[in-house]
Amino acid sequence: MKVYMDNNATTMTSPEVVEQMIPFFSEIYGNPNSLHKFGTQSRPALSSAIDQVYKAINASDKDDIVFTSCATESNNWVLQSVWIDKIVNGDKNHIVTTEVEHPSVLATCRFLEEQGVKVTYLPVNEEGIVEAHTVKSFITEKTALVSVMWANNETGMIFPIKEIGEICKAKSVLFHTDGVQAVGKIPVDMQDVHVDFMSMSAHKFHGPKGIGALYIKGSQELTPIMHGGSQMGGRRSGTLNVPYIVGMGKAIEMATENIEEKMTSISAKRDRLEDALLKVIPETFTVGKREHRTPNTILISIRGVEGEGMLWDLNRFGIGASTGSACASEDLEANTVMLAIGADNELAHTGIRLSLSRYTTDEEVDYVIQHFTEAVLRLRAISSSYALVKPTKGGEAGECHIPAHH
Amino acid sequence: MAKNDLIGESLWDAYSDKVTRLMNNPQHQGEISEEEAAERGNKLIVADFGAESCGDAVRLYWEIDPKDDKIVNSKFRSFGCGTAIASSDVMTELCIGKTVQEAVKITNIDVEFALRDNPETPAVPPQKMHCSVMAYDVIKKAAGLYLGVDSESFEEEIIVCECARVSLKTLKEVIKLNDLKSIEQITDYTKAGGFCKSCIKPGGHEEREWYLVDILRDTRREMDEEKMKAAAEAGTSGDFATMTLVQKIKAIDAVIDENVRQFLIMDGGNMEVIDIKDGGDYIDVYIRYIGACNGCASSTTGTLFAIESTLKEKLSDKIRVLPI
Repeated sequence: MKVYMDNNATTMTSPEVVEQMIPFFSEIYGNPNSLHKFGTQSRPALSSAIDQVYKAINASDKDDIVFTSCATESNNWVLQSVWIDKIVNGDKNHIVTTEVEHPSVLATCRFLEEQGVKVTYLPVNEEGIVEAHTVKSFITEKTALVSVMWANNETGMIFPIKEIGEICKAKSVLFHTDGVQAVGKIPVDMQDVHVDFMSMSAHKFHGPKGIGALYIKGSQELTPIMHGGSQMGGRRSGTLNVPYIVGMGKAIEMATENIEEKMTSISAKRDRLEDALLKVIPETFTVGKREHRTPNTILISIRGVEGEGMLWDLNRFGIGASTGSACASEDLEANTVMLAIGADNELAHTGIRLSLSRYTTDEEVDYVIQHFTEAVLRLRAISSSYALVKPTKGGEAGECHIPAHH
Repeated sequence: MAKNDLIGESLWDAYSDKVTRLMNNPQHQGEISEEEAAERGNKLIVADFGAESCGDAVRLYWEIDPKDDKIVNSKFRSFGCGTAIASSDVMTELCIGKTVQEAVKITNIDVEFALRDNPETPAVPPQKMHCSVMAYDVIKKAAGLYLGVDSESFEEEIIVCECARVSLKTLKEVIKLNDLKSIEQITDYTKAGGFCKSCIKPGGHEEREWYLVDILRDTRREMDEEKMKAAAEAGTSGDFATMTLVQKIKAIDAVIDENVRQFLIMDGGNMEVIDIKDGGDYIDVYIRYIGACNGCASSTTGTLFAIESTLKEKLSDKIRVLPI
């Protein structure tokens, strides 16, 4: 059996989505900007995809939702263009974000710091969220932008976007949220929150990779970074990626239709899995209250079992999961989210993320419970943390000091 | 960056089959108790290295025959990733049958080599080489405990890069010998810094006593000082070609002071050296006339010729004097 439990990394593209996309490769392939029928033929499908996306996040017709290549592009666009519009060509000099943002936000902020922008990286509390009052206390008259993710990829923790939006509105500061882990998982209603910009990515909600979008409230100013043939009303140039836009429309519609029901169903499976693992495996903890998390995510720390080793054993059982362990990364850097939450640095080495989807079945959950437990038993039998014979006097090792990364 | 780096290599695909095999089924994992060792008349040594909070930890068990210091049995327990477990397993195997004195000579490079499927292909990707270092550290610690000495005493040199076992002495020599100017060059020449990268600069995977950035900077400074010293010595012996720019200016001034300036002053003029450009084939000395010399007819003919030939004679044939 093969079980995919890494849906916060990416998801399977729904077969229904693929089916909708297929005609737009070899049958209806004209450029929608062409005057002839080959081009205009694709326009009804594009319009309906746009309607699907607007409806899914309850955007107003006065807002823009601009298709991009991915959320990394959307995040880069907002940060770099707010820098140009409000800092280079304005009187601001400051951006507020969090320590636990996606690399596409953090790396862009570091790039902007090199350009002379002041960036405040807000810390998270022990649950892994940034509280609204923390955001409030760091906004100054020079703040151009606040960028706080809607939900975190590692923990699934949902951030207080409504409160932060109100604070930004009151202080007249632009507010961007990376909505990648929220859209399609929890209700996202742009009429309910004050958000100026929101990034999304289709492959996180069973759409194809290579397509994302940026929501822009009230079609407000944001200098383009993709210059060219003035597609998307001049906001983002580049020939419209018709099949992928169609796919994103279908995917977001499927993900958000009756979302409450879907959430109930996914969280029931997630909770069953989490309860079982916590019950069967001693000396284990999960991060964050369930009701504060996206319904599909578990971040679990297993004492004495190193994350990459655990992934290895899960992989042998055909289970795909994820770890923030430094050992599993290209550069041996511990995951910033894990370090930020702390938990005595254990999480940085023992955290395993299981992320479900609406396609996860009860059989799969049972399979994971069984084999996850087996893997822990095997690795704890090897682990020095569970060894009984103590070191010879003088043979003990001290605790580790992890160098600060910021 | 080039084609092969565009999507990088999948971490686990870079492990040797042996690493995979031993991770899946380590041969020597387990414990030896004090009682078991005592029953057989042997001594038990148990040493820890690393900690769970560091990301990897290993506990090594040696059952030693006190008559000949031979390690008759060895086991390990490890908190770590696949390569850490496989490295520990192979380390244990390499210890069995050796005396403590022989075992302490096993390095992480031996451990990594023993994990290879064939002698040419590394057993683990570069960033995982670090896992084998702990195997080496824990052996030294166990040997120190048994022999009653400090484990650091087994190390004859200061090791800067533990993954590739490159010493401070080697690094300094290689930097000087090959005139290395960057960390990338150091890694190309010595492999130091090419694995876990902790030794490159502070803030990496683990804290180090020595960092390549500091060694490079200090060695370059030493090299500059040596060069200056050599040049200063050459200056006193009159070897114009090896002098530094400042020394060249001083030497030219000295020659002019001694042989030329008095005649210019007698005629109500003077000159100064503005700049020197060493172009290889020629050394151009730019001068400016002052006072009566400025505009004097012979300043571009006879006087100029005299200055140039004096400098050529005293310092270098390559000198050309250019008034500006």
